[in-house]
Amino acid sequence: MDTLSSLADGFAIAITWQNILLALLGCFLGTVMGALPGLGPSNGVAILIPLAFTLGLGATPSLILLTSVYYGAMYGGRISSILLNIPGDEPAMMTCLDGYPMAQKGQAGEALAISGIASFVGSFFATWGLIFLAPQLVKIALLFGPAEYFALFALAFATLGGVSSSNQAKSAFAAALGLGLAMIGVDTQTGVPRFTFGEVHLYDGLDFLVAIVGLFALSEVFIFLEHRHGDADAASKKVVIGRLTPPLSMVKKCTPTMLRSTFLGFLAGVLPGAGASLGSFISYSMEKKLVDKDGTFGKGDPRGVAAPEAGNNAAAGGALVPMLALGVPGSGTTAVLLAVLLSLNITPGPLLFTQNPDVVWGLIAALFIANFMLLAMNIPMVGLFTRILMVPPKVLMPLVAMVSFVGIYGISGSTFDLQVMIGFGVMGWVLRKLDVPLVPIILGTLLGNAMESNMRRAITIDDGNWWTLVDSPLSLTLWTIAAIGFILPVLVGKVIRSKMRRDEESSLSD
Amino acid sequence: MSDRIFGVIGLLLSVFYIWAALIIEESFLSDAVGPKAFPIIIACVLGLASAVIALRPDPEPVWPSLARLAEILAAVVVMFLYAMLLPELGFVFATMLAATYLSWRLGSTILGSVLTGVGTSVGIYVIFHLVLGLSLARGPFGF
Repeated sequence: MDTLSSLADGFAIAITWQNILLALLGCFLGTVMGALPGLGPSNGVAILIPLAFTLGLGATPSLILLTSVYYGAMYGGRISSILLNIPGDEPAMMTCLDGYPMAQKGQAGEALAISGIASFVGSFFATWGLIFLAPQLVKIALLFGPAEYFALFALAFATLGGVSSSNQAKSAFAAALGLGLAMIGVDTQTGVPRFTFGEVHLYDGLDFLVAIVGLFALSEVFIFLEHRHGDADAASKKVVIGRLTPPLSMVKKCTPTMLRSTFLGFLAGVLPGAGASLGSFISYSMEKKLVDKDGTFGKGDPRGVAAPEAGNNAAAGGALVPMLALGVPGSGTTAVLLAVLLSLNITPGPLLFTQNPDVVWGLIAALFIANFMLLAMNIPMVGLFTRILMVPPKVLMPLVAMVSFVGIYGISGSTFDLQVMIGFGVMGWVLRKLDVPLVPIILGTLLGNAMESNMRRAITIDDGNWWTLVDSPLSLTLWTIAAIGFILPVLVGKVIRSKMRRDEESSLSD
Repeated sequence: MSDRIFGVIGLLLSVFYIWAALIIEESFLSDAVGPKAFPIIIACVLGLASAVIALRPDPEPVWPSLARLAEILAAVVVMFLYAMLLPELGFVFATMLAATYLSWRLGSTILGSVLTGVGTSVGIYVIFHLVLGLSLARGPFGF
C-alpha cells in the first residue's frame, strides 16, 4: 500500500491551479499536434521544451505540461487517420485501416468516439501498469554498477531500431553519429577540450535541445518544402462526422478487444525497441486473428479501430517505465522527454524514485488527470479539432519553423545555436531521405556522456581492466539481449515489415 | 548509388573522427581510460556501419528534382540570414520576413503569405513576449 500512499502524495502535488492549467494546455496542444499530419509526438514535445524551459517552470510543472502533450498527441493521431486516411503520426497508421472505412460509411463520429474511449482505456490501465511495474524495475536497477549501466546503454542503442527496422547498419550509424556528437566539448573527467577545433562556442558541447529541434522540427519544414504540399488534402474533402456517441452495444462489443490490446500494447511499450507503432500493429493483428470471423476487419469494424488505439496509447504509458526507472528511453518521444529531465538537472533512473519522489508521483498523478481531461476533450470537442485539421501547411509550417527559432533563441540568446540548429535541420532532411532513423542520433547525444563516464568509471575501479565490462552475470545477460535485439530484426524484420505493408495496401484497395 | 556515396562519406567521417580523437591533448591528470578511447570505439562502430551501408545499399531513395533542391537550399539560406539578421532587425521584422518567405514558397499567394508572415510574427511576439515574458531579440525600434 506504499505505492498508493505515494500516489496520493502525487495527487496532492499535481492538483494545483497552475498544474491543472498546464495539463489542460498540454492536452489541448498535444491533441492538435497529434492530429496535424507532419507533427508527431516527438516533434510536438521537442518544439515545446524550450517554451517550458524559458517560462521558468519547475521540474514537476514542466514535466506535467510535456507529458500531457505526449499523451495528447497519442490521442490526436487518430483524428486525421479516421477523417482523412492520413495518419497524424506513425503509431496511428493502423487506425486508418478500419477508421477511414467507418468514416466513409458516415460513421466518422462513432469511430472517433470509440477510438477516444479505446485510447482512454489503453492509457488508463497503462498508467496503473507504470505505477506497479516501475518500482519493481527500480529494485533490479539498484543492483546495477557502472559496467551494467554501460551494457544497458548499449542494449538501448542496439534495440532502438526496433523489430521493424529496415536496415540495422543505418541504425548503428545513427547511434554512433549521435554518440560522436555528444563527445564534442570539454571532457568532464580530465577537463581537456575534445573535437572543438578551437571554436569557443563548442566548449560547452552541443546543446541536445538544439539538435532535437533541428532534426525533428526543421527537417519537417524541409520535407514540406520539397513536396510543396501547398494545399492540404484536408480542405478538399468534406467529411460528415455524424453522431458523436457510440451505441452502448458497440462499446460492449469492443470492451474485450480494448482490454486485450491494452495488455499487448503495454508490453510492447515496456520492451526496448518495440514502441507504440509496434504496439498498435500487434494489437490489431491479434484482434484480427481472434475475433474477425466474418471478415469485417478492414471494412470499418469498430473493433479494428479500438484495438490499435488502445494498443498505441497503452504502449505510450509502457514506454515511460524504462525511461523513469532506468533512465533509458525505449522510443523517440520518451527520448525527447529524457532530454527534458536532463535539462532540468534531474537524472532519471533508480535514484529518481528515492531522491525526487515528488517529481515521479506528481508526474504519474498528472498522467491520470491528463487522461480524464483528454477523454472529456476528445469526445464532445472533437469537432473543434477536426476544424484545426483544415489549417494548411503553408500557414502551419512557417509557424513551426519560427516557434522553433524562438524557443532555441529564448534558451541561449545566441545566434550561433540557431545556425547549428539549421545545420541539424539540413542533416535531418538528408538522413531522412536516406532512411536513416533520427531517434538513435538524439539518444546518442543525450546519453553519450553518461555512457562514456560509466565505462571509464567501471574500468578505473578495476584498475584499467577492460574485461570488467563483461565480468558479471548481469552485464553478460544485458550484452546477450543487446546482441539478440540487434540481430533479430535482420532475420525477421523483413517478414514483419512486408506484413505491415500488406495490411495497409489491402485496406487501401478496398 | 546514394547509399554507396553515403557509406563512403561515413567512412571518411570515421577516419576524420579517429584523427581528431588522436590529437586530443591529454592532461597530466587522467583516469585509466583517458579521453581518447571511447571516441575511437565510436568511430570504429561508425566506420563499420558505413562500410556495411556502402557494400549492401538499400534501394535508391527518391531524390527531388534540381528545382526542388534549389528550393530547399534557398530556404536554408533564408534561415541563415534570419539567424544572422535577428539581432540587427529585431524579432518582429526578421520573423515577418522569414515567415512570409516560407509561406510564399509553400504555395501561398503574395497577399496570403504576407498575412501569414505578419500573423506569425505578431502572434508569437504577443504570446511569447508580452504574455509569457520570454526575451526576444530587440531591434532598432525596441521590438
